[in-house]
Amino acid sequence: MRMKLATSAALAISLSPVAAFADGEVNIYSYRQAFLLNPLLEAFTKETGIETNVVFAKKGLAERLEREGRNSPADVVMTVDISRLSELVERDLAASLDNETLEENIPENLRHPDGKWFALTTRARIIYASRERVEEGEITTYEELADPKWEDRICTRSGKHPYNIALFSSMIAHHGEEKAEEWLEGLKNNLARKPQGGDRDQIKAIAEGVCDLSIGNSYYYGAMLEDENQRDAAAQVRLVFPNAEGRGTHINISGIALTKSAPNRDNAIKLMEFLSREEAQRIYAEANTEYPANPDIKPTGIVAEWGEINPDSLSLQEIADNASAAVRMVDRVDYDNP
Amino acid sequence: MTEAVASQEPAPQPLVARRSPRKWLTAAMVITAIVALPVFSVLYLALFPDENIWPHLIDTTLPRYLVTTFQLMFGVGIITLVIGLATAWTVTMCEFPGRRFFEWALLLPFAVPAYVIAYVYTSLLDYAGPVQKTLRDWFGWESARDYWFPEIRTLEGATLMIGLVLYPYVYLLARAAFLEQSPSLFAVSRSLGHSALSTFFHVVLPIARPAVAVGLSLVLMETLNDFGTVDFFAVQTLTAGLFDTWMNLGNLGGAAQIATTMLAFVVILVTLERYSRRRQSQYAARDNREPIQRFTMPMSRQLICLAVCALPVIFGFLLPAITLAQFAWTYFDQSWNSDFIRNSLNSLFLSGAAALTTLLLGVTLAYSRRLHNTRGMQVMLRLSSLGYAMPGAVLAVGVIVPLAGFDNWFDGLMRDWFGVSTGLLLSGSAFALVFAYTVRFLAVSAGSVESALQKVTPSMDMASRSLGHSPGQTLVRVHLPILRGTLMTAALVVFVDVMKELPATLILRPFNFDTLATYVYQFASDEMLAHSALPALVIVLAGIIPIILMSRSIANTRSIG
Repeated sequence: MRMKLATSAALAISLSPVAAFADGEVNIYSYRQAFLLNPLLEAFTKETGIETNVVFAKKGLAERLEREGRNSPADVVMTVDISRLSELVERDLAASLDNETLEENIPENLRHPDGKWFALTTRARIIYASRERVEEGEITTYEELADPKWEDRICTRSGKHPYNIALFSSMIAHHGEEKAEEWLEGLKNNLARKPQGGDRDQIKAIAEGVCDLSIGNSYYYGAMLEDENQRDAAAQVRLVFPNAEGRGTHINISGIALTKSAPNRDNAIKLMEFLSREEAQRIYAEANTEYPANPDIKPTGIVAEWGEINPDSLSLQEIADNASAAVRMVDRVDYDNP
Repeated sequence: MTEAVASQEPAPQPLVARRSPRKWLTAAMVITAIVALPVFSVLYLALFPDENIWPHLIDTTLPRYLVTTFQLMFGVGIITLVIGLATAWTVTMCEFPGRRFFEWALLLPFAVPAYVIAYVYTSLLDYAGPVQKTLRDWFGWESARDYWFPEIRTLEGATLMIGLVLYPYVYLLARAAFLEQSPSLFAVSRSLGHSALSTFFHVVLPIARPAVAVGLSLVLMETLNDFGTVDFFAVQTLTAGLFDTWMNLGNLGGAAQIATTMLAFVVILVTLERYSRRRQSQYAARDNREPIQRFTMPMSRQLICLAVCALPVIFGFLLPAITLAQFAWTYFDQSWNSDFIRNSLNSLFLSGAAALTTLLLGVTLAYSRRLHNTRGMQVMLRLSSLGYAMPGAVLAVGVIVPLAGFDNWFDGLMRDWFGVSTGLLLSGSAFALVFAYTVRFLAVSAGSVESALQKVTPSMDMASRSLGHSPGQTLVRVHLPILRGTLMTAALVVFVDVMKELPATLILRPFNFDTLATYVYQFASDEMLAHSALPALVIVLAGIIPIILMSRSIANTRSIG
């Protein structure tokens, strides 16, 4: 039973005291921008009548959840990469969920063994290549990025960005730390400029002739094609899905976890189920050009044009486990200072 | 009658009253205890790192972090001092066309968040931007490899960006100090054979030093804590290392240790500055009947004055605002929606509440120190200002710890006694936000009020008290009217700062609650700032109204009578 303390002076200026939420709601702490979630949440509310409440931040949500403890209003946490999910598990903030719908919709390698998190989409971290200056098939693997023939021809964002850290940690998982570090040295030597900006900026740099190759998430390219002011830059770039013939292309996930303290547990589970089903999975694929985690939903539009993807079968947990080694490796190589 | 002294005398006896002086001391102690809580929470977190982060840092990136941080702070310090002092002096002392306009226009860059100006200049100066495009058209270059163009995303670029939007701190406080100085002091120096420039450096600047030092230390602390710009430009400062340790290595304790180190750095800096002028006490009883005699100059020199004042406004405000307006036009459909007005109201409400709170607490603290000029009181004043020296996101965690702790303690109590759960009362509410802003920006109000109070001669207090006023009445009837300009300035700075504040707002806010800054950030963090150019423009423009209002009232303190 929760009551409103109207007498509290603090509440007098509190615009929306968390204690006041009625039933029929689900509260979300999100590492993903609210404007990207809105189409999904609107569809959910339309179907179930359950209202959604969101707090979005890039950092600090796990700390907030932990400190709020059993009284935390948060029901689910939504994230955009694996490390934030595994952080929730490590801090024992995520509840185990044994749910038929979710287990049916989300393949085993895209969920926590005990149901502590579930992937909702996957995104491939791929190579962008200049259509003009790089032959088709001239590069096909991540490993080749370290080849001296690309000297002074590669651009990337900071090596410390979580998306790069996840890629580097997959390299550690596959090749061991020593080999991975040699590879990263090689990649660093091939950089045409100091790592900077975001993934879209690397595509622009290729269009400008600053470099010929870059690394980026697949959906940024899709988003640029849909933005008429950025379309020309994107059109000069070809997508390469590395290691497609071999171990598969590195993927990361966006996902969701149920909190241990969830006050609206049933609603939260309804939301999780909804997000794994067809309607929501389609919205993800179309609005943000990501790959649906549900294998029954085939990608449409631009994503479908990219063809079938062969994802790296490496477990996401292993990527999360190697993240800290990857950060140290980036520091040792001094990747951001070519 | 005018009296002004910059003396080397020992500090005066504290103005302790016989009746109920403890009231002020107690108030100061309570305020300090509450406001310092988040900082101490961070210190507490620093005691429990997941692992020792230092050996790895020292072996790899720490030297670079330190050097880069120092370079950035030094560069920004120089830029803000040069622009801030030059413009403050020019609008105060020189008569030139547009002077009254620039008095407040020079504050405009202050309303531009550093991450917005960084984004705008990148889009203007990068390859696809208008500048390089024009150059290519002129010279027939075909690709980026055909020519050299300075890279904006560098340490130098970041220094320039941050300097351009932070110089108003120095400008504001320096100008207020210049206005409070007695014109006859200047006249005396000139009549003794000093040139205008020499008078500036030997008389005007030393007297303004406490205020300028406050402004500069605010600039340096903000620079130290900036994450948006340095992250965007991939400039590796200590703050970047801190977030790396927290988010990538999952070591909050280690991050708190880095934050503590930065805090120590700031404390040393501020202490050194204070130590170096420990023997000075300055009192200036200003006489409003004596107007400032501005220089009248030939046209050519007036034009120089105009240029000195116009350039920072053009590059720090006009150009970014025009670019944002262009984006807003291009992406109008995405920018304009029903949230827009609600977000603006949220921003205004929070900024106003935080400005009032910090002003109230700042005056209480500074005045308590005037009444009880003891070492303990000085320490309390410093302690209550530490929140400013910490990155916003770290401070936010420091705010959550005591608030959620209190909520859960109280909840447990109510469950035990009455069997009801009160849930979270304070965390996740607007109160948490105003509290965080107060902790963060109290340094601004307490610092500027303190430095202004120091210049009011104690004979004022003595006169008032001997006429039977209590310390409280003396404050209300004597000091507050004298300090009106300073109070307005302090409130203005906090108001605009809160308007721009991002990291703490993101982490602490209630559900479905956006300010203009958090709304813009959603898009900026997805590499789409252009899509939220309209609200970004409003952050910038909303800063203008209080700037004009308050700047007017600052000017009025001089022209009254």
